Amino acid sequence: MEHAEILHRCFRCGYCKLPGSFQDLNCPPYLKFRFETYAPGGRMWLLRAWLDGEIQTSQRLSEILFSCTACGNCVEHCVFPAFKSELLDAFTAGREALVDQGVVPDAVGRYLRAIASHGNPYQLPEADRAGWAEGLGVERYSGQEYLLHVGCPGSYDERGQRMARAVAGLLLKWGVDFGILGEEEGCDGNEVRVLGETALFEKLARENIEKLEAAGVEKILTLSPHGFHAIKNEYPKFGGRFETRHYPQLLAGLMAKAELRRRNGRLRVAFHDPCYLGRHGGDYLTPRAVLGALPGIELIEMDRAMADALCCGGGGGNFFTDVLGGGADSASRVRVREAAGTGAEVLAVACPKCAGMFDDAVKAEGLEDGLRVMDIAELVLEHCA
Amino acid sequence: MDEIYQALVKIVGVEFVSRDPEERFIYARDPGTMEPREPDWVVMPNSTEEVRQIVLLANERRIPVVPMGGGLVLSGLTRPLKGGMVLDMKRMNRILEVNETSRSVLVEAGTSQGMLQAYLKKHHPGLKHSIPDAPPIATIAGNVLIHGSGHLSAAGGFHSDMLNGMEVVLPTGEIAKIGSCATSPYWFSRAPLPDLAGLFIGWHGTTGIATKLAIKLYPDRPLADVGIFVSEDPELVPGIIHQLAGVAVAEDILAFMANAPAWLQGFQLINVRYGAETREELRLKRDLLRESVRTYIDAKVGGFMPLPPEMKQRFLEEPQTTIAVFADAREGGGFEYVGAIMPIELFPEAYRKGLEVAERLGVPCSTGARVVGLGHCMMFFYAYAFNRADPADVGLAQQALEETNAAVLEMGGIPWKAEAPAQKQIIGKMDPATFALMNRLRGVLDPRGIMNPGNWETD
Repeated sequence: MEHAEILHRCFRCGYCKLPGSFQDLNCPPYLKFRFETYAPGGRMWLLRAWLDGEIQTSQRLSEILFSCTACGNCVEHCVFPAFKSELLDAFTAGREALVDQGVVPDAVGRYLRAIASHGNPYQLPEADRAGWAEGLGVERYSGQEYLLHVGCPGSYDERGQRMARAVAGLLLKWGVDFGILGEEEGCDGNEVRVLGETALFEKLARENIEKLEAAGVEKILTLSPHGFHAIKNEYPKFGGRFETRHYPQLLAGLMAKAELRRRNGRLRVAFHDPCYLGRHGGDYLTPRAVLGALPGIELIEMDRAMADALCCGGGGGNFFTDVLGGGADSASRVRVREAAGTGAEVLAVACPKCAGMFDDAVKAEGLEDGLRVMDIAELVLEHCA
Repeated sequence: MDEIYQALVKIVGVEFVSRDPEERFIYARDPGTMEPREPDWVVMPNSTEEVRQIVLLANERRIPVVPMGGGLVLSGLTRPLKGGMVLDMKRMNRILEVNETSRSVLVEAGTSQGMLQAYLKKHHPGLKHSIPDAPPIATIAGNVLIHGSGHLSAAGGFHSDMLNGMEVVLPTGEIAKIGSCATSPYWFSRAPLPDLAGLFIGWHGTTGIATKLAIKLYPDRPLADVGIFVSEDPELVPGIIHQLAGVAVAEDILAFMANAPAWLQGFQLINVRYGAETREELRLKRDLLRESVRTYIDAKVGGFMPLPPEMKQRFLEEPQTTIAVFADAREGGGFEYVGAIMPIELFPEAYRKGLEVAERLGVPCSTGARVVGLGHCMMFFYAYAFNRADPADVGLAQQALEETNAAVLEMGGIPWKAEAPAQKQIIGKMDPATFALMNRLRGVLDPRGIMNPGNWETD
């Protein structure tokens, strides 16, 4: 197993369980399950024990490893500089070893099989991939400046589709030269990679790269920060080099010229940092710059913001597999309670998975009357003259 | 066994009981050197009532119960030496009440140090508690119950001295209130009642399970500074500490002896932290501290080190993250320490002994001492790093710890939160009548012998 040499170096001090402020638990699986085994340090020691034959392969071990959302809180707050950057890679390697043995939670198996057989986790026809854009007038990519990659949730998930329509609508309104691959778009594979199905990820990445290069794509805009991470940081390993931006990173540069109208009254907005733009991508300010440029918006911060943000719980494939599960201590419900506690009327997101997770959590918490979950593009559209 | 599992499930819910090999593996050990001992079950209660029901079940079936907080004691005190169940208390982490005027806070036993620190910063910015240099996930209760010390110990003594009262589930299932809360709605002190807290502090979970506790809070002053007094002669350190602590302005006095960078080797550095409301007060306190050690400065045998602001900021960090990082000294994720509670005049001998053991065994060692009270005593620590993947290296660290424990007792100190073998060493030096009294009390409180058995025992 790759990175096996760092497993025993974890002291299990537990900084990885917390945000920098220490205010509450910030590791989604540990927050939910509370056993030490579900904390990053527990996973490190269990993997070591498993490699040493002290514990056997089991469904429980598999659930523990696959409940990790790969949010990167552990990497951010680990106090051991010598190996902290390898923590998530070690967990991915552990999952890869379990995938190789065929011992994965049922939902993970179903997810991976769906990607392998249908090219998407929803098991829907690839021909439906462009359904989200119907009626918008979005062109197929044919040498425009940008390719908009919406990914699987943007293509098939109802909440993701709304978000994709908002982003595309905004780009059209502002005259951005872009196109989509539509039916030709492939799953970017980020979750497949994180779940340890390395070979399938490599296949997806290579197919996508070939397609993108054949179409002459140089600049890519992504709807999801997960896709942004895969294309920007992982595809170069397979020779795919594209100028990749997550969509708020383009919007930020256009805000100054945009015609925006002041809404009636103030709107209190809290922004939730998506893990793959924030902790993984190091960009905390761009989404705030976009929101800050909207007249009448009061941007408020949750206590856990930026590098301290609590993940929505949808990463690491959990958006599809739900290994993490629901309940009052699920990350998404804790997060919407935190947002509501600030007095925010809108919880702003920049990721279709976060949007879906929080929509469900708002309902589960009975907060529908006070808190709306809105994507940044949806908020900007509301302010367009 | 299945019947007991089902009974536990009925009490806390299926998601908070485990008998799976994964939990049994992790809860069998802590980050220190002690051999693992597997529990049969790991249980996570969420209320005093759930703890009470678990204890009643354990009592009826004579099942060992081992309460656990952060699991960071390092000396293996939460390993179930005779099997049974580990009670992970961290779901009980509610901060129940802060009394700003009388400066106290009431928390559940699973509340972490970091959580309380963050809560006070946000909601009561003028108050703070004494945080140890343990990682922030360590619990308030765990640290109080082992007589911990921390960043306000020069001002307030041991963390057990800062305890106002407790709620405890006794080994027979009764719920006892300790301190003023026994007779009043306020949790203001242990006086003037008979001090029953002593039945539970320092006993390593062998006499009951704390479920709530109230501790003292202290002013969190807007300004803070740190001075580092440096000396090359360990013989002078007791006098220097005596003088610095005697001024009674320091919140924390921590001596440390660094091995790196190389130019610091052989120096004793005494870190003095203090706070103030105004710049004038801060200057006054700095001057008072400086004057207290004037004779050493004038004799050119010591002096305050100039500190760049960035370094100062690092020394003001609470807790100090560098302590955990010592675990990677051997690239092996382990360290354990002997924390010797002893009078400050033993500093030179304690220091020499640490050097001697570390050099002879070739174990990386970091030493230091946290002053408790106005120099009333200190917790002198000898931290030994080891590579947990190398059994020989772990064995060396164990040997260093054992020899150090013996040396500490020989000097007249007492190992703190001692490992089970070190507890036997302590008992060997203890007045037999004292140990007999301990056993009598334990027999009364825990007639079925279910509480963390194997600790404070001779065989």
